[in-house]
Amino acid sequence: MKYDVAIIGAGVTGSMVARELSKYRLSVCLLEKENDVACGASKANSGIIHGGFDPEPGTLKARLNTEGVELLFAAAKELNVPCIRNGSLVCAFGGEEEPMVQVLYDRGIQNGTPDMRILTGDEARELEPNLSEAVTKALYVPTAGIICPYELTVAAAGSAMDNGAALLRNFKVSSITPEEDGYAIAAEDGRTVTAGRIVNCAGGFSDKVANMVGDGGFSIIPRAGEYLLLDKTEGSRVKHTIFQIPTKAGKGILVTPTVDGNLLTGPTAAQVATPESRDTTPEGMELVQRLAAKSVPSVDFRQVITSFAGVRSSVSGGDFIIEKSRKAPGVVHAAAIDSPGLTCCVAIAGYVVQLLRETGLPLEKKQDWNGRREDPHAFRKMNDEEKDAFIKCHPDYGKIVCRCETVSEGEIRAAIRRNPGAADVDGVKRRTRSGMGRCQGGFCGPQVMKLISEELGIPMEQVTKNGGDSYMLTGKAGEAK
Amino acid sequence: MKEHKIVVIGGGPAGMAAAVAAYDRGVTDVVILDREPGLGGILQQCIHNGFGLHKLGQELTGPEYAAVYARKVAERNIPVFYETTVTALSPDRVVTAQNRDGILKIKAEAVILAMGCRERSRGALNISGSRCAGIYSAGTAQKLINCAGYMVGRRVVILGSGDIGLIMARRMSLEGAKVEAVCELMPYSGGLMRNIVQCLHDFDIPLYLSTTVAQIHGNGRLEGVTIAQVDEKRQIIEETRRFIPCDTLLLSVGLIPENELTRGAGIPMDPVTNGALVDDSCQTMVPGIYACGNVLQVHDLVDYVSDEAERAGIGAAERILNGDNTAETAKTEAGFGVRYVIPQTLHRDGRDVPLFLRVSRPFGKVRFTVRQGDEVLVSVKRLKAAPGEMEKITVPGEKLSKAQGVITVELEELA
Repeated sequence: MKYDVAIIGAGVTGSMVARELSKYRLSVCLLEKENDVACGASKANSGIIHGGFDPEPGTLKARLNTEGVELLFAAAKELNVPCIRNGSLVCAFGGEEEPMVQVLYDRGIQNGTPDMRILTGDEARELEPNLSEAVTKALYVPTAGIICPYELTVAAAGSAMDNGAALLRNFKVSSITPEEDGYAIAAEDGRTVTAGRIVNCAGGFSDKVANMVGDGGFSIIPRAGEYLLLDKTEGSRVKHTIFQIPTKAGKGILVTPTVDGNLLTGPTAAQVATPESRDTTPEGMELVQRLAAKSVPSVDFRQVITSFAGVRSSVSGGDFIIEKSRKAPGVVHAAAIDSPGLTCCVAIAGYVVQLLRETGLPLEKKQDWNGRREDPHAFRKMNDEEKDAFIKCHPDYGKIVCRCETVSEGEIRAAIRRNPGAADVDGVKRRTRSGMGRCQGGFCGPQVMKLISEELGIPMEQVTKNGGDSYMLTGKAGEAK
Repeated sequence: MKEHKIVVIGGGPAGMAAAVAAYDRGVTDVVILDREPGLGGILQQCIHNGFGLHKLGQELTGPEYAAVYARKVAERNIPVFYETTVTALSPDRVVTAQNRDGILKIKAEAVILAMGCRERSRGALNISGSRCAGIYSAGTAQKLINCAGYMVGRRVVILGSGDIGLIMARRMSLEGAKVEAVCELMPYSGGLMRNIVQCLHDFDIPLYLSTTVAQIHGNGRLEGVTIAQVDEKRQIIEETRRFIPCDTLLLSVGLIPENELTRGAGIPMDPVTNGALVDDSCQTMVPGIYACGNVLQVHDLVDYVSDEAERAGIGAAERILNGDNTAETAKTEAGFGVRYVIPQTLHRDGRDVPLFLRVSRPFGKVRFTVRQGDEVLVSVKRLKAAPGEMEKITVPGEKLSKAQGVITVELEELA
């Protein structure tokens, strides 16, 4: 099959680009090396919609961030992805840091960030009573928000697929060969896809993909960020996203509620060997606790339910690299998408499509494009009477599988069936929250495995945690010699 | 909304015994709600023996022990709602549940909480490293092997020497897996001595005390763990780090009473037991709501779960039949060497009251003393005491009826 556009990488950027392209009369495919979308930086980040005061004025980041905030809120609404405009506070601790608040404020004004205010420590504590007494000044950014990054990616990819885009999983691109009117893209397993145009959204591997088409101009510096996620009992510790004054290494350790009602603390920033070096470290976890407690001393770290690390795809220049290939006609790179990439994803997709148009891609709108996506959590939000009526028609929704997060069998089956269908245990978890609660899958794990096995028609032994060789079982019991 | 005299949440050993006891005490309008398709709870996956020695005078497997009580439930025609999950409980005893038929609301005169407990997960331990497949809590692995019939791995390290971890070390060995090590962070095991002997010694499985898993390695599936010894402050001693190749890590690092419904109903909790504060009839501080079994305190033996649940069932029935127990009350507290005492409040109505407690660390020969001020109510000796073995001390009713003030349970070490 020859596609008009092949997008390499089904993270939030690639999935948003696919959705944007699905508006037009084009054949589009998403090529993803993992067993699911959102398996790289898009599944493990802070989930913040940044206000836009942080990027250096004049950069792509500054422009797309300011543009991207409202675009993202609008898209999230259309896609029924949970997001909350909770506002953020950037906190200064004492005289030395205070001037930075003004610097950030001025930068925000230049970037076009609306409604910011500089608060005294006491004013900040009035907004956020659990904030440390040591906070002396803060920048308040009411337009900032929080969003679930993997649900956004799943929804964007699903919306693209509902509108005709294809998703090829476990497609590890190994080479790109120019052909007449396009490129042949080969995968490690021997599959080949041809496409007129290519968008490189390969995240941590975007430099490798650029090399495949002859662009050697940048190299990704993978930087890991470790997080600690706390039980919902800690979720109301803060309402706003609490930042510290940013440094060169990143935006510092934040304390934020999540859209699901947990409390998230992190990330660290440490250069790592590869974009897949996602190990947590004792030092990292200690640092997160110490610095989070600096902002909000009352956080109860005994309530940690899981820790994880994500890897940023940074470059030495610091800005996003979103440009047409200098060597390969019809190839557009969307690379080095580190923070605030999530905030910018819709704006980036629009910009990428504009660049594709400049390569001569004909963009003719579909009449029947439907950008809406049914709310996967509609059942969860019903009251008892509505649930009762719904269960009468759909009995599977009456059977609770995940008791910590109250996820039903019906919701899990739907997550496996609807675009892009969950194909492994982690995929079910990201879509339904089954296994994300305080028991971390202890009770629901075996049932989820059974549902995956049933829905996909595969034996239990072939069910994986996250594709590849992440098998869960090693065979049948009772066969010991 | 339906109405029943007594609703029991959970059909494991506690829920079954409570329902039967309440019925036999004279309140026959009892229903049990359970999320599983059958009665028995976790006992169904405990196919090893050792159940019932105290309570039934015979040694049974978990499913056999469960069957004894399931038969009692059936003989009394106590209705059971299967595959029914309770999602909310209000302090005025309205239970909201759901199953494939829809949403169920029941107003009860008494609610008995018997939801059991869950296992602590890796997240709560902050073990660093990768997030690969092959890491299971011991109970999850037990369920997959014993109920679903699948092996979870071939080469195993177990962290935590609680009873489930020990039982699973033997189970995995019997299924042909190689158990490389059982690591225990503390300088002593939290499991029963009989399990250490029967599950580890008999299978030549090494138990490393003061040792933890420092790092998890593996991309897709687990490839190995780094274990290391810890010092008195439980900090890793770097030079003792050692890599063990394995494809499976089982965690048996503690059980937590599953009290989400309890908290949701605003029932006051004991921060030490992670269960509700209760009186001698297992009544919580919200009148008409009772708690028993592992949701109240994590037990070592199911026999004691059944005993406790019977007290809850009788208590609930008596309150319905006779009204509140108006006898004067006294509070209990844990003194030296004792981590907690249940019940936290008791009635001085002339009846004997069994106290349940755990010690704070292993001791040799000790004397437990139950005292009220200077007056000694009971004094008992034990040859040894360990946190893994729950102690039961019964205080005679005639002593209690006279006593005044807080009742303290403490121990002294004997030479």
